[in-house]
Amino acid sequence: MKYALIPLLPFIAFVLNIVFGRNYIKDRAHWIAVPAVFGSFVLAVSAFTDVLSGNVININLYSWITSGDFHVTVGFLIDQLSAIMLIVVTSISTLIFIYSIGYMHGDGGYYRFFAYLSLFVFSMLVLVMANNFLLMYFGWEAVGLCSYFLIGFWFHKKSAADAGKKAFIVNRFGDFGFGLGVILIFLTFGSLDYMQVFGQAGSLLGQTIDLFGYDVDLATLICLLLFCGAVGKSAQIPLHVWLPDAMEGPTPVSALIHAATMVTAGVFMVARCNPLFNMSEIAMNTVAIVGGVTAIFAATIALVQNDIKRVIAYSTVSQLGYMFLALGVGAYSAGIFHLYTHAYFKALLFLGSGSVIHALHHAKHDDEQNMQKMGGLRKHMPLTYRVFIIATLSITGIPFLAGFFSKDEILWRAFLGGELGRFLWLLGTIAALLTAFYSWRLIYLTFHGSYRGGEGQEQHIHESPKVITVPLMFLAFGAIFAGYVGIPPLFVEHGDKIGEFLAPVLGHPEGHGTHVQEFFVMGASIFVALAGWIVAYTMYLKKTDLPQKIGSLFKPIHTLLFNKYYIDELYSRSIVQPVLKASDKIILAFDTYVIEGIVNGLPNLIGLFSRKFRTVQTGFLANYGLVMAFGVLCIIGYMIFVR
Amino acid sequence: MLVPLSWYIILSAVIFSIGVFGFLARRNLIIMFISIELMLNSVNISLAAFSHYLQVMRGQILVFFVITVAAAEAAIGLAILIAYYKNNPTIKVDEINLLKG
Amino acid sequence: MDFGAGFSLIDIRPLTPEITMICTGLILLLLDLVVKKKEAIAVLGIIGTIVAIFATYRLYAFNETRSIFLEMFALDGYANFFKIIFYINVILTICISFRYMKIEKASIGEYYALLMFATTGMMIMASAADLIVLYLGLELMALSTYILAGLMRKQRKSNEAALKYFFLGAFSSAFLLYGISLTFGLTGTTNIQDIAGLVSSLSIADNAIMHLAVVFLIVAFGFKIALVPFHMWAPDVYEGAPTSITAFMSVGPKAAGFAVLGRVLFEAFGDMQIMWSSILVPLSILTMAVGSIIALAQTNIKRMLAYSSVAHAGYILLGIIAGTTDGLISSVNYLMIYMFMNMGAFAIVIMLRSEGFQGEELEDYKGLAKTNPAAAALMLVFMFSLTGIPPTAGFIGKFYVIMEAINAGDMYLAITAVVFSVISAFFYLRVVMYMYMNDPKETVILTKSPSMTFALALTTVMVLVLGVFPSVLLNLVRSSIIS
Repeated sequence: MKYALIPLLPFIAFVLNIVFGRNYIKDRAHWIAVPAVFGSFVLAVSAFTDVLSGNVININLYSWITSGDFHVTVGFLIDQLSAIMLIVVTSISTLIFIYSIGYMHGDGGYYRFFAYLSLFVFSMLVLVMANNFLLMYFGWEAVGLCSYFLIGFWFHKKSAADAGKKAFIVNRFGDFGFGLGVILIFLTFGSLDYMQVFGQAGSLLGQTIDLFGYDVDLATLICLLLFCGAVGKSAQIPLHVWLPDAMEGPTPVSALIHAATMVTAGVFMVARCNPLFNMSEIAMNTVAIVGGVTAIFAATIALVQNDIKRVIAYSTVSQLGYMFLALGVGAYSAGIFHLYTHAYFKALLFLGSGSVIHALHHAKHDDEQNMQKMGGLRKHMPLTYRVFIIATLSITGIPFLAGFFSKDEILWRAFLGGELGRFLWLLGTIAALLTAFYSWRLIYLTFHGSYRGGEGQEQHIHESPKVITVPLMFLAFGAIFAGYVGIPPLFVEHGDKIGEFLAPVLGHPEGHGTHVQEFFVMGASIFVALAGWIVAYTMYLKKTDLPQKIGSLFKPIHTLLFNKYYIDELYSRSIVQPVLKASDKIILAFDTYVIEGIVNGLPNLIGLFSRKFRTVQTGFLANYGLVMAFGVLCIIGYMIFVR
Repeated sequence: MLVPLSWYIILSAVIFSIGVFGFLARRNLIIMFISIELMLNSVNISLAAFSHYLQVMRGQILVFFVITVAAAEAAIGLAILIAYYKNNPTIKVDEINLLKG
Repeated sequence: MDFGAGFSLIDIRPLTPEITMICTGLILLLLDLVVKKKEAIAVLGIIGTIVAIFATYRLYAFNETRSIFLEMFALDGYANFFKIIFYINVILTICISFRYMKIEKASIGEYYALLMFATTGMMIMASAADLIVLYLGLELMALSTYILAGLMRKQRKSNEAALKYFFLGAFSSAFLLYGISLTFGLTGTTNIQDIAGLVSSLSIADNAIMHLAVVFLIVAFGFKIALVPFHMWAPDVYEGAPTSITAFMSVGPKAAGFAVLGRVLFEAFGDMQIMWSSILVPLSILTMAVGSIIALAQTNIKRMLAYSSVAHAGYILLGIIAGTTDGLISSVNYLMIYMFMNMGAFAIVIMLRSEGFQGEELEDYKGLAKTNPAAAALMLVFMFSLTGIPPTAGFIGKFYVIMEAINAGDMYLAITAVVFSVISAFFYLRVVMYMYMNDPKETVILTKSPSMTFALALTTVMVLVLGVFPSVLLNLVRSSIIS
């Protein structure tokens, strides 16, 4: 029961900060939020050790609604999967909360920031710990809501407010599918409890459902609907457009929500539903292909972006693609393993870039995120530079750092996955090459060379304060060592601790390969990592005119990539603009599009009736009496003639 | 000479209907008010008649309560009417429709 | 002391809550002559109510059933539960009217005294085991609320509201009396329990006159709970009356109306369930439809909430129509929840009223989130709850009545309820839209007071807590009603 406190502590922090923040707590908000989330972390560790010793906790706290056969319970399931997620979420949250003390210092909405962030942690923990689909859905929507609030945290900035709306709208598409999936699960199994649903998952085999006259495989339909939600939340193609824009939010938010935790909810959900996904090969292949394509697609965009946070954002999309690739080839534990290592090095990258932005903010009194205007920061911010290097080594998959183990595991599992698997392995390996290139490009543009920002600013750039750098060092530690729980059996017998730990929930991945093949895959990924590094080194340190030349040589491609394949424009033209125009026509006063449609389309029709009917209410006493008397007569007539 | 119960009931129903009609058809608030009193008293007739024929006292007790309440109602009703009249000197229902829609 | 057959002073004890309330009212009337600070009177009113609550709790076990005064006055869980609703209702009303009545320049002692009397009337209605007592309670409540509606004597709107309420109210009580008279004529008694026995022993359940009597009773109660087509008074009176009284009226008389409707239909005419539910079904559909649809065209928030209150009566009726104990439980549960969310919404409406600013138009809510984020957030909670969006209590209320409609086999009724519930989202969420998506026209200065803060805190917490832990309330309702 004490584990119920894991989500409750952040919730209490939220309530206190939102109720008393404005008038009483003000800029002491972290004194409530940080201990709360640290408390959750401590409890999460204790839950983890509990699970490690073999106790899977599945308790129903209470039933929310009971009516006949319909039960909705609030309960928690802490098994191997959620235990790992708990550790990831609470540990990273704690570090980012501490970091935020320094980063958000002096912001007008300081208490509000911590309130929302605490609410987010609560929602995320509910999502992770839920033992039924409805509670998970609640967490799912709640993390989304917090994410919109936090993206639009600086709501006076128009771009931030727009980005919040964009995230909201894009996620509607995915969540709609997810909601339908949950309803379909209830209709199929008559329950929403994980244990009951997964227990009966086998019965899905061969079941079909009539959909617009076509017989559709039930398992495939359910899984694809669920995956819709994952695509939206985890920013996979084609719903990836919201994530880069979400970088308008404060950097700690980008690190926590849009890199380490919330965006991985889709991965977690698919892994959680693995008994269902195992029933449908089509769904699995879809997951794998979407993941693989996203991995390489986002990486190409990241090659040419200039906004430091956007590069990392596309990198996140790409890494999430890897995770889905792993899930799709049935290597669930590899996907979760990568989720776990990725959380550390990606949070580190984001917080590092936040540290850079913070330092430049003090020098320029303006937020600078354009890497072309940075450079040479190495001497001024040695610590940030060092952690950045660690994170980059880790993400590019240089041996014996965290990213190496998890990425290698994914590529190896993909390689074993038949023809499709080989193809996806190829995509993944190319994406790894691109990853190495853009990651090092980021380092060289930001930290090497000479400062390009403007006269007289350079001497004002200083290393960030301790409260910012200490969390960075913790995360750097994670980015180096987090991978040692999953050493391939090739090196150490039973080294893949995490895979074995997760096996009761996620099962063992199929397929065996020879040692030679395994060395080949590993060698290939190390080779591309080094190759990308060397190319970036030559282009951005040695021959600095080369990027320009290549850019003009392949101008169409460069423009295409720089404009992110024009997908935003495409959506904007085909979906957003028409909706906007239509709603503008209906009424100018309301300014969001989605609620707009709902609040004005049908209501206009009903409003027409409404205006007609309201004239019945004439205001004349005699008419009211008449209506009453007429009503009495009607009832009596009904009694006589109808019954 | 014993008057049958049904006569009382019919009388009561007729007076009640006259009251309802008066309330609906007349446009003067005072007349409407009197119509309501008519309806109440028609009920009193039927209650008293029932009470007498069934030899149960409850009906007559209720009659007394109805008369008492009607008196209170008249006082409050007229007070409300006067309060209204002070601000807006009319007692024609057709002129009272500030609140509508 | 023995006063003759079947009556002794001891017997008065179950009446302690009602006597306390009446005495408090009378004391308030007297104190009004000498006390200049009307807030003191208000505080005394709250204290009196708390004493009455204490009396209700301590007198007998909460669920113990007994009836006194020759079976005319029932003291059971059902009545006690409704009394809790009335107590909280009157306390919340007093809390939200402290500053408001001063701004309206109607801060007079009678106001609080009349609130006490009206509440006593409702309590008597809830406990009425005899149609005579029922009638007296109903009139006590009605006469007090007529005056309360017209309390702002200088304002034409208030005058007109009182006038309309009075005339239509008196008209409907004539129907009530006619119904009672017919029932008495057919069964020879006015006792609710005895009627049930006599209806079956005389086998007059199919008698046309009996049906007519039930129809008349439903008409009279339907007037109090604002069922279409007997709702015509509600929008006008809600708009014209002082806002605090609108809040009071939208909960108290409605709940009292449901209390007597439930008791009379379930206890006295339980055998005729098919007959009365077949009348109530079209009425409830009409009520939901008219309430939800016409609310959409309103520009005055009090009028909008009036139509909303009409629509809610339709939902609450679903549980009664089901005709089962579970149905009744779901309706009573809904009433309790409805009280909190409706009172909360009205509290915000009252806060907008300040010296020289009416704050009753929907337009006045534009941009409230920017000028007063806390008030806007609370209004959002109440609007969500009135719409029935989880995890607010409003969802729980709607869920259970609709579930009961389904269990009773009225699938189409359940679907209708859901459809109109969705339609109602348009006008509730429009308020939210105005608050959050528009720029403020002018800076609205809220009228705050500690008692208002208390009322808002209580309603918000209850709306959220009952939304997350609905079983607490539901079990309480169940144990009270099943007793």
